[in-house]
Amino acid sequence: MTKTVSGGFARRMLLATAAAATLVPAGAMAQDELNALVWCDHTDPALVEPFEKANNVKVNLKEYEGTGAAISIIEQSRPGDWDVLVIDAVDVPRAIDMDILGEMPADKLPLGDLFPEVRMDETTTRDGKVYAVTEKFGYNTISYDKTKVDPADMEDLTVMWSDKYKGRIALYDYYLPMVGLTGVAIGKKTADLTQDDLPAIKEKLFEMKKVSRQVSDVVASQTALATGEVDIVAGGGEWLTAGLSAEKPNLDWTIPKQGALRWAQSIGVFKNSEKQDLALKFVQYIVSPEGQARLATSSCYWAMPANAKAGEHLTDQQKTALRWDKQPEYLKNSQLYPVADADMDAAMQDIWTEMLQQ
Amino acid sequence: MTATALERAERRKAWAFALPGLLWTALFFLVPFAYMVAISFWTRQGREIVATWTLDNYVAFFQKAHFFKGLVVSLEITATVTVISVLLAYPLAWIIAERVPKKWQRFALVMAILPFWTSYVVRSYSWLLVLSKGGVVNQTLLSIGIIAEPLELSANRTGTVIGFVHFFVMLLTLTIYANLIQLSPNYRRAAADLGANAFQTFWHVVLPLTLPGIMVGAFLTFVLCIGDYITPQILGGNNELVLPQVIMLQLGRRADFPMAAALSLVLMAVVTLAYIACARWLKMERT
Repeated sequence: MTKTVSGGFARRMLLATAAAATLVPAGAMAQDELNALVWCDHTDPALVEPFEKANNVKVNLKEYEGTGAAISIIEQSRPGDWDVLVIDAVDVPRAIDMDILGEMPADKLPLGDLFPEVRMDETTTRDGKVYAVTEKFGYNTISYDKTKVDPADMEDLTVMWSDKYKGRIALYDYYLPMVGLTGVAIGKKTADLTQDDLPAIKEKLFEMKKVSRQVSDVVASQTALATGEVDIVAGGGEWLTAGLSAEKPNLDWTIPKQGALRWAQSIGVFKNSEKQDLALKFVQYIVSPEGQARLATSSCYWAMPANAKAGEHLTDQQKTALRWDKQPEYLKNSQLYPVADADMDAAMQDIWTEMLQQ
Repeated sequence: MTATALERAERRKAWAFALPGLLWTALFFLVPFAYMVAISFWTRQGREIVATWTLDNYVAFFQKAHFFKGLVVSLEITATVTVISVLLAYPLAWIIAERVPKKWQRFALVMAILPFWTSYVVRSYSWLLVLSKGGVVNQTLLSIGIIAEPLELSANRTGTVIGFVHFFVMLLTLTIYANLIQLSPNYRRAAADLGANAFQTFWHVVLPLTLPGIMVGAFLTFVLCIGDYITPQILGGNNELVLPQVIMLQLGRRADFPMAAALSLVLMAVVTLAYIACARWLKMERT
């Protein structure tokens, strides 16, 4: 005969379990969780674990590449699914327009400690309200192997379409900085770019493709440069070479005479997050000097911390790799990504795709 | 119970068995598919997706050269890979089925499917280490003096085709082998009795009888190859885009779901046409 467990017994077991659970110390209770949509540098345990331990929280990180991908993920999610968003600084207004970012209290963020050039209030704030804060920045410029190319040649952006290094150049596969950088190389300011400038830029992009060996994402560009597959990465910067500076001192980067593009990434809290306080705490940690130093030297890629006080937590070797001392000069000689309306954005993507198909 | 009542009861039972499968298919294939068809007629205007019915996305596919070229490149690569894979897989399958002793055949098959145990992405990156300028192949050829300059084996179509062929030869080998071992030796004996030599026996008897295995494998190769974007991305150096890469660009960079849906339907139409051609050729519709 089969014995069945009665409903009463099951209920008693459930109550006993619940009672036992209430006796467990708070520290051993189920952790709180935070869901963050981030770039790959935030997935470094060295960055996230100190926050998790200090706050007894599990940070669930989902990595994405490109704002379009982030928007796709957000559109497919339910409100409240995500708590923190890392996004290209120039795309913050787009996120504000989508009404997905919540306001953050300015007095609880170290905005005064940020390098003034990268604070970017015009994109991260609206109507005096702070929606995001710049957390990291760097340059889209030229990276190279100084043992294989003439460093003097790298001081001129036109090397990107010069025959001298034909078949030895990788192009960074991101249309926005590459269109901007090409514009800079032919004397256009990124802030003034219009669709009328695109034919000239397109012509130069096509010339670049002819002399290039490959068009690669971050990892593939870094691999190609590190393994000698290519000697130059057009569109690369400290984010390609700084992290390898200890093992590969032959890799270097420069900002040519025409200038470079400056990228910046921002962090914000989702408006519909049900954990506003915890999410803000995470943002505060990321933009704190300690968090900034860890983010700057994240295993995925290194780049400059937005908080100037992070320097106190970086070693001399790390500062040298990031060119800490040259920042005033570099900041002056760099321009922001082009900020495009939807039509201009689509047109830039079209010429980039056309270039890939050449 | 009358015969008609029995038939009705059988029919009900058949429906009862089929219903979960049909519901599953409806829920996870037909409904999403219908939604995708609908989206493909919408447009992305500015930052918004607008649900107005239009053929704009399909028109753009034919008007914008970089979209259409994606399909052409996909078809060229897929055709090359399929043909090379069949030419390599058939002798391999034949050797395993006919020349390898029975007790070693299982081992040979395990060796053939061994690459499937590794991640597809890892395999592609491994091929990059083999084929790149500083890779094993070039270093070996340079060191023994056969070549003076590294061969261009990666970051181009050659690299993509090599990566794909490595993957699909094994798949085809399995389908052809399965066909070959089912072939009764009596056919060959009969051909020999009628005076056919080894080549004539192969050409007029063995090959036609193993065509279904070849076609099934070739179709699988076609479908998997034309829908893949990882190998072209890694081994092709992003130097020419296949259609799935173009679709990924629409999704990942533009969040242009309508255009991506339209391109996906074009891809699906091509695969369907390939299936129809394959089925008609094998006269599968008569069975």
